[in-house]
Amino acid sequence: MTTTANAIASPDLLAFAGAIAAGEIEVVDLTHTLSPDFPTIVMPPELGQCAPFRMEEVSRYDERGSAWYWNNISMGEHTGTHFDAPVHWISGKDLPENSVDTIPVANFIAPAVVIDISQQSAANADYELTVADVEAWEILHGRIPPRSWVLLRTDWSKRSGRDYVNMREDGQHTPGPCPEVVRFLVEQRDLHGLGTETIGTDAGQAFHFNPPYPAHFYMHGKGRYGLQCLANLDRLPPTGAVILAAPLKIRRGSGSPLRVLALVPRAEKRA
Amino acid sequence: MTEPLSRPKRKDPLKKTRIPLLPQGTRSRTALGLTAAAAEGRFQLQVCGDCAAVVYPPRDACPRCLSASLPFCDVDNRGTLLAETTIRTSTDVYFRERMPWRIGTVLLDAGPAIVAHLHGDLREGERTRLELKLDKSGQAIVIALPARDTPNMADDPQWRELTCDPKYRRVLVTDGRTAVGQAMAEALSQAGASIVFVGVADPWKPFPGEERLRKLERVEIVVLDLTDTISVNECAGEFAPRVDILVNTAEHVRTGGIVERKGLTVAREELEVRYLGLMRIAQAFGPVLRARGADGINSAAAFVNLVSVFALASWPAYGAFSATEAACLSAAQSLRAELRPGGVKVVNVFFGPLETEWYQAVPPPKLAPSALGRAVVQALRQGLEDVFVGDIAEDIRARLAVNPKALERELGS
Repeated sequence: MTTTANAIASPDLLAFAGAIAAGEIEVVDLTHTLSPDFPTIVMPPELGQCAPFRMEEVSRYDERGSAWYWNNISMGEHTGTHFDAPVHWISGKDLPENSVDTIPVANFIAPAVVIDISQQSAANADYELTVADVEAWEILHGRIPPRSWVLLRTDWSKRSGRDYVNMREDGQHTPGPCPEVVRFLVEQRDLHGLGTETIGTDAGQAFHFNPPYPAHFYMHGKGRYGLQCLANLDRLPPTGAVILAAPLKIRRGSGSPLRVLALVPRAEKRA
Repeated sequence: MTEPLSRPKRKDPLKKTRIPLLPQGTRSRTALGLTAAAAEGRFQLQVCGDCAAVVYPPRDACPRCLSASLPFCDVDNRGTLLAETTIRTSTDVYFRERMPWRIGTVLLDAGPAIVAHLHGDLREGERTRLELKLDKSGQAIVIALPARDTPNMADDPQWRELTCDPKYRRVLVTDGRTAVGQAMAEALSQAGASIVFVGVADPWKPFPGEERLRKLERVEIVVLDLTDTISVNECAGEFAPRVDILVNTAEHVRTGGIVERKGLTVAREELEVRYLGLMRIAQAFGPVLRARGADGINSAAAFVNLVSVFALASWPAYGAFSATEAACLSAAQSLRAELRPGGVKVVNVFFGPLETEWYQAVPPPKLAPSALGRAVVQALRQGLEDVFVGDIAEDIRARLAVNPKALERELGS
C-alpha cells in the first residue's frame, strides 16, 4: 500500500478523526475501572505481593482544600487492567527497549485479532488455547497478520468476585494459552503481544506448565507485550480492530495500569 | 438479687441520643497509682515502707509515721460493709441522671475504711470484696461486691457502668480471615453479644475456617478491608451506629529486623494493615463510638486493640514487626485520650507468639487464639484497660518493669 513517498506523507488523519466523530469508527473501552476491590494476582503470602489500587482523599471542597477535590492513589505496576513490558519477566530482562519508558511509542498502537474460546472456557475453567485452535481460527479469518495483538476472548471479564479469580486449594483456575501455542504465535506469527481477560496472560495453573508461565516466558523473551484484565472483548470483531494501549511512562517500569481502547469499524454502515 | 438484663428493644428513632457525661475525673498524681492498678484489675493500696500501715486515700506521707515511702502494693481486698446510703439527688450532671446510687463505708481487714460504690446485691453489715475499677472518666474508683458471686451479678447497673460486658452489645471483629479473628468472633458470640459483625477483606479470596465462621451463631460477615480507606468508611457508614464494642484483630506477622528485610514492600504492608488500619478504623468508627457512650444497655463501651507485647520492647528476630506494633500502641494511647470524653475504653490486650502459622518456628509457650478470645471477653467483663495474656506477655512485662536495658539485650541476643 505504501508504495510512494507521497502516500506516506499524507495519511488523512482528519478523515480518521471525522470517522470517529461520525461513529463510523467505534471506540470500545477494554478497561476495567480501577477500584480498591478489583482482585490482584495472588502470590504465596511469604512472597512479595502486588499492591491493590488504593485511593486517599486529599481534599473534597473542605478544610483540606476549599474549592477542589483530588486524591492520592497507589497501586502496583500490575494492578487492574494493565500492560506487561518485556522486562517484567526474567527472560526479557536484558533486551533493549524492554521497559515501559523505553518501548517505542509506535508499538502502543497496533491491530488486533480476537480468538474466541469463551465456550470452551465456560465448560472448562482450565481450558488451554492450542495451536489447533489458532489454525482453525485462521481457516475462517485468514492468517494472523504479523505484529498483531492476539486477544483471547474468554468472557472471563463478565464474571466477578470469586468466580473471576476462581481460586481453589490448588490455586487459580482460569483459561490461558498452552506453551506450544505461545511459541507458535511468537515464532510463526510474529505476534505483537497477547491480551487476556483474566489476571495474567497465562492460565491460572501455568505455574505447573513447562516452562512455567509460558506466555510470560516466550513473549517477553522475544520482547513482546502483554495486556491483562481486559474487558469488552466480545464487542470486537475477529479481525480489523486497532488497539491503543499506552502504559504510563514509568522509569524502568515493568508494566503499568492503563486505559486500553479499541478502534472498531462499524459493522454495517447505515445509509 | 440482680434483675437479669433483657435484650434491649430497638431504639426509638424519635428519641435523642443522650450525650455521654463523665463523673469527676481529676486525681492527684499519687492517686493515679490506683488508676494504674485498676487498669490491670489489681487491688493495690499504698503500704508504708517503714511502718507497714495500709493507707487510703492516697497520700504523700504516711499518716502514722510520716514516712514518704508509700509504694502501691497488692493488698487483701476483703472487708465488711459498715454503713450504706442511697443518694437520690445530686448536682453532678453525671450522677444526676443515674440516681439512685448506693455508696457505703467499708472497713478493710487490712486496716483503712473506704467509701465505695456498692453492688446491688450487697447489704449493710455483710462481708465484701473491694475492687478498683475505672469509671467513665477513666479514673479509679472503689466498688464493693458481695463476698461471693451472686446470680446475674454482672447485670447490676452500677457494676455494668464500670465494665464493657459484651452481653447484649453489638460487636465488630475487624478481621475474620485469621484464626485470631475467628476465635474472637466465637468467644464474643458465646459471651452473649447480640450481634458479632465480622469483617472480611478480599471476599473473592477463600480462607481457612470460613465455613465454620459463617455458621457461628449471631455472626454476620461484612466486607471490610483495613488497608482500604474507602472500604473502612463504607463499612462504618453502614454499621458504625450499631457497633458498641470494636475488636481490632488485624494482624501482619513477618520475621526480619530492620536490616534483614530487603526493601520496604513488606514493611509498608505491615503499616497499612496495622498502624494505618488502626487509624482508618479509629477515624471511621471512633466519632460514633464516642457519641454513643451513654446510649442505654447497649451503649458504646470499648475499642479493643490486640497488640503484640513486643510493642513494648523490640524483638529483633521480628524487628520490623515490633516497630509497627509499637506504632499501634502509641496510637492506642492517643486514641484512649480521644475516646475518653465518650466514656469509651480503649483496651490494650498484649500477647506473645501465637499458636498460628506465622509463629511456626517459634518454640512454645505459644498462645492459642481461643485463649486470646477468652482473655478479651474477660477483660471486657472486668472493665480492664491493659491486659497481658499468656506466659510470654507476662514475662516481658515483668522483665521490662525491672530492667528495660537488660530486656533489650536479652531479646537481641
